[in-house]
Amino acid sequence: MLEDRIDLAWVVDRITQGVVFVGGVSAILFVIAIFVFIAQQGLGFAIFELDKGVFFTSPAWRPTSEPEPQFGALALMAGTASVTGFAMLVSVPFSLGAAIYIGEFATGRTREFLKVLVELLAAIPSVVWGFIGLTIMNPLIIEVFDVPVGLTILNAGVILGLMAAPIMTTIAEDALKAVPEGYREAAEAMGATRWQVIRQVVLPSAKNGLVAAVLLGVGRGFGETMAVLMASGHAINLPTSPFDSVRALTATIAAELGETARGSEHYKVLFSLGILLFIVTFVINLLADVLVRGRKGKRA
Amino acid sequence: MWRVALVETTMPAIRTKGLNLWYGDFQALFDVDIDVKAGKVTSLIGPSGCGKSTYLRAVNRINERLGYVRTTGTIEVMGQNVLADEVELTQLRREVGMVFQRPNPLPLPVRDNVLFAYRLHRGGKGPREEEDQVVEEALREVLLWDKVKDRLDQTATELSLEEQQKLCIARLLPVKPSVLLMDEPCSALDPEATKAVEELIWRLRGDYSILIVTHNMAQARRASDECIFMLMGKVVEHSRTGDMFVSPQQQETADYIEGRYG
Repeated sequence: MLEDRIDLAWVVDRITQGVVFVGGVSAILFVIAIFVFIAQQGLGFAIFELDKGVFFTSPAWRPTSEPEPQFGALALMAGTASVTGFAMLVSVPFSLGAAIYIGEFATGRTREFLKVLVELLAAIPSVVWGFIGLTIMNPLIIEVFDVPVGLTILNAGVILGLMAAPIMTTIAEDALKAVPEGYREAAEAMGATRWQVIRQVVLPSAKNGLVAAVLLGVGRGFGETMAVLMASGHAINLPTSPFDSVRALTATIAAELGETARGSEHYKVLFSLGILLFIVTFVINLLADVLVRGRKGKRA
Repeated sequence: MWRVALVETTMPAIRTKGLNLWYGDFQALFDVDIDVKAGKVTSLIGPSGCGKSTYLRAVNRINERLGYVRTTGTIEVMGQNVLADEVELTQLRREVGMVFQRPNPLPLPVRDNVLFAYRLHRGGKGPREEEDQVVEEALREVLLWDKVKDRLDQTATELSLEEQQKLCIARLLPVKPSVLLMDEPCSALDPEATKAVEELIWRLRGDYSILIVTHNMAQARRASDECIFMLMGKVVEHSRTGDMFVSPQQQETADYIEGRYG
């Protein structure tokens, strides 16, 4: 009497279970496969053959120079770091400000409207951002600052900052929303003004989530390719000012990988750059994840 | 053992006249006239949704946080109209402290919780010795000092619920409010803790005028001087607690007290 009946609902249930299971497992498999592929292509080379002394300290990236190609990635790392750093200068204040406004001040329609708008911003493809950098920001920077080239750290940083802002805003707002209402009420009932509540109660309680939001933004900046390629000038350079052109790690891989012989030294060095990027973004994301979990775990 | 009220004033601690309150289109309070005597414990009883919490939250205007609350009539605290334009919420909330249903200490060290309102109104941190003294005094007043004096740097949310609720009372005291509003302060606590907090409330009586919302009629009966029975947003009866429970004047009151509804 208590046996399962095999009817349509049962079949649908089973099929759904199967599909969800395959979906879930394949996501994990793909990540592992990507990791294995990158490791197989470049890890052995990166560990045993690559001259790390040159790789990490020399700014000379001449992969096709004859007879002795040079693989110094310092300028590329500096390029990525400077663009990402500048992007954070732009996006952290904007994103946190937007999150505070949306989460703590805006109500009803305004709030919903702004949230949709932020999500819309996240949906703009990176090549469009690159295009904006190339055609709008470039002449603007040349005009405003009276410099010869507008494809610079400044340009790429602003573009990247705008790109990283939506995810940072969304995650920061989630972090603010996770602060129990009782805290705000308690502080207000003691006579705190809105701003005092935010500064003394809400922000400290949401600290971990906010740091995680910033870290995810940094991760986004590190990994972004197309927009940076188009807006940064793509010139190998150790930058000394925001008006210098630079080249990013990601942009280098994107621009050169198609033209290298599979299995050549150049090819393998590009994979080493990929491994470096992978490790950095992995650590950043892991850190963000641990922080977010730490916050949730504490409240449970 | 109870302290005697220092000054027997004729001025009520809270006086509302013709108070109407709407949440959007929904009217929650109808022409509420209440005088809450200074230095006494007054309890507000009535079934869920009768407006007792709404009344409480109107007095310190905390319900305005919702943004869609409209009020007409007057609310006076110690003779001052709190709905007047020139009233600053910060000052009102210094005068009128509030304790919530769920203990809600801030996720800060115990010490910083006690000093939160104090620092707000002082406009920053005070000298260390002065603050130490404030903390000790407030915690002694709520009988918590001996229990937490070695844990002042511990996060307050890690204390037991009873300790948290006592801390929530303690943090109001350093700014010397005249009125304490308590919204079912014991409903999240076990019987032992309830007893302890009730005794504390009784102890604070005299120095403070206390208005306490409760669902628990036995609590109203044993821990208040006066009792107000509300129903459907209106005051049905307001009398001395002893009188209300022995000889209620209204049929609704009698029915509620005897548990026929609510």
